[in-house]
Amino acid sequence: MNSIITHSPALLIAIPLFAAFITPLLSRIHRRARDGFVLIVLAATELLALLLAQDIYANGIRKYVFGATLPSLTHPGTMSIPVRIIFEIDGLSIFMVLISLTIAFVATVYSSSFFKKEDGLDRYYTLLLLVTVGMVGMELTGDLFNFFVFLEITSIASCALIAFWVDRGESLEAAFKYIVISSIGALFVLMAIGFLYGQYDALNIAALANSIQFTFIDKVALVLLLAALTMKAGIAPMHMWLPDAYGEAPPSVTIAVVAATQASLYGVLRVCFTLYGKGLRLNMAAVGWTLVGLGLLTIFIGVTMALVQRSLTRTIAFAAVGEIGYMVIGAGTALAAGAQNFATVALKGGVFHIFNDVLDIGLLFLVAGAIIYATKERDLNNLGGLAKRMKYTTVFFLIGLLAVAGMPPLNGFASKILIYESTYQLNPIISIIAILSSILLLAIFVKIFYSLFLGPELPHLRDVKEVPKGMLVAMAILATLIIIFGLFPGYVLQTIVDPAVAALSNPTNYINAILGGA
Amino acid sequence: MIYNIPYIAVIILIVVGLYAVVFKRNIIKMVMGITIIESGVNLFLVTLGYRAGGVAPIFTNLPEERQIPGQLVLPIPQALTLTSIVIGVAVLALMLALTIQIYRQYKTLDVTKIRRLKE
Repeated sequence: MNSIITHSPALLIAIPLFAAFITPLLSRIHRRARDGFVLIVLAATELLALLLAQDIYANGIRKYVFGATLPSLTHPGTMSIPVRIIFEIDGLSIFMVLISLTIAFVATVYSSSFFKKEDGLDRYYTLLLLVTVGMVGMELTGDLFNFFVFLEITSIASCALIAFWVDRGESLEAAFKYIVISSIGALFVLMAIGFLYGQYDALNIAALANSIQFTFIDKVALVLLLAALTMKAGIAPMHMWLPDAYGEAPPSVTIAVVAATQASLYGVLRVCFTLYGKGLRLNMAAVGWTLVGLGLLTIFIGVTMALVQRSLTRTIAFAAVGEIGYMVIGAGTALAAGAQNFATVALKGGVFHIFNDVLDIGLLFLVAGAIIYATKERDLNNLGGLAKRMKYTTVFFLIGLLAVAGMPPLNGFASKILIYESTYQLNPIISIIAILSSILLLAIFVKIFYSLFLGPELPHLRDVKEVPKGMLVAMAILATLIIIFGLFPGYVLQTIVDPAVAALSNPTNYINAILGGA
Repeated sequence: MIYNIPYIAVIILIVVGLYAVVFKRNIIKMVMGITIIESGVNLFLVTLGYRAGGVAPIFTNLPEERQIPGQLVLPIPQALTLTSIVIGVAVLALMLALTIQIYRQYKTLDVTKIRRLKE
């Protein structure tokens, strides 16, 4: 048991990676064998992550070293650097890993029935598992270059998945936009890594964080990293790829890409709070205010653009843009506030909202997928009166819309109230805009709910049937989590969010875990 | 000055690449722009790793007169560059594959005409 936990950081990567390339072989045997295999693999990985999480919450940061196990095993040259890659897992990493794996699992359950009539699925599952590997890798690694490699794995695999429906020109267009944005972003990250390596001779995040001096070049590197990662996280003004990609990909892919976007957001948090963590109390306020400004812009653009959309998936996609803004203002407020008390509250809200956003937006996308599956329609004007034909889907959509709009007692409320409360103390205007946008979001989704499910039955939708069980189960998992998180926010905050926030606000622990002191 | 020439080349490559991505209308030219940016970044990494008078860290190729710990260069930037080149090839292949599919669907490579996604 103990040795499983010790090696679980490596296994969390190795198992899905291995499974990714076994899957095409298994699909030669039978379709069912493949689907079952992917499900079992992801469930096992999730279980492993839960075990690791329990251990981290009990015993603190865990590290796993590939290469030179001892720092004294150095290269025989003049430099005294051990050649190795370290995985360092703290509260925030494991929090993000749990999110990614849960979403990957739900996506697999959903796609097993969503894609029943399509082919090319053996490669689809390979890519889905590779996206999972990439996300988990980005979140586990303690090495900056390794982070870049996993970032690229995630973007290549998710780009191929976005273009899954190759016969639709829109999907290809969205995928091309996505690959252009993410490859340029990744090159910026690589450039920044070069800047940092050139100065400090290190790639390890902890080692860099320890020796960072806030020279001019460091600031350039910070700007490059933030520009690239916020671009990949879909924060305005570089959000335009996101509604296209979310709106045009198959819904099970979309939720995987949502999780991948959050992994980039994890990168933003890691860079601001750990890599440049020494300045946390001193000179990061400007960065904080920039993030707050970008966050507000993101919320505003997301919500106003969601108003005017005619396609169901694109509306939800713009709502997703808006939701990202909430997390960013949470993190930005924490940076701008510095040592004041509400900084922790803001960070708590922002981090908690990452999980909530994935659940809420994920559920809405899955419902949209169910509607597309049942009716073959995407245009809101051609849909209506579905409540009688699709009872369960209606209930799930209702849960999703209330959660996204931040209505109590669902999970969106729990995190948004923390954000409102803390941003109000920084500047009342921020929280006013945030609350107003939430209300607007509610209005948008109530309108959509009405036009989709209520009203008279449309003649061409007479023979619509409820979607198959697999899709319902996937939606039910997300809905259950939403309700549980909404009813017991205190428990969730205490068990998984607080360790993540503590990891962010004490960068010295992260540094000491690698560089001694402990 | 002579040591700065590679860095100037890096900047020129990146600016040219960005220009192609932002202002060119042909998809193939955008793909080329991204590849040029990538070459710029790779050149940057290799230039960073250059040490005057250093020796490649190949144990058996060590010149007679030098002792082992001497001037072996830690080849991390080179390793990074190799990895980055490999990733770049994968991205390039994917982008060109997408370009082929886009051409099949739209019968054009002009980005101003490939606009089914509006708003």
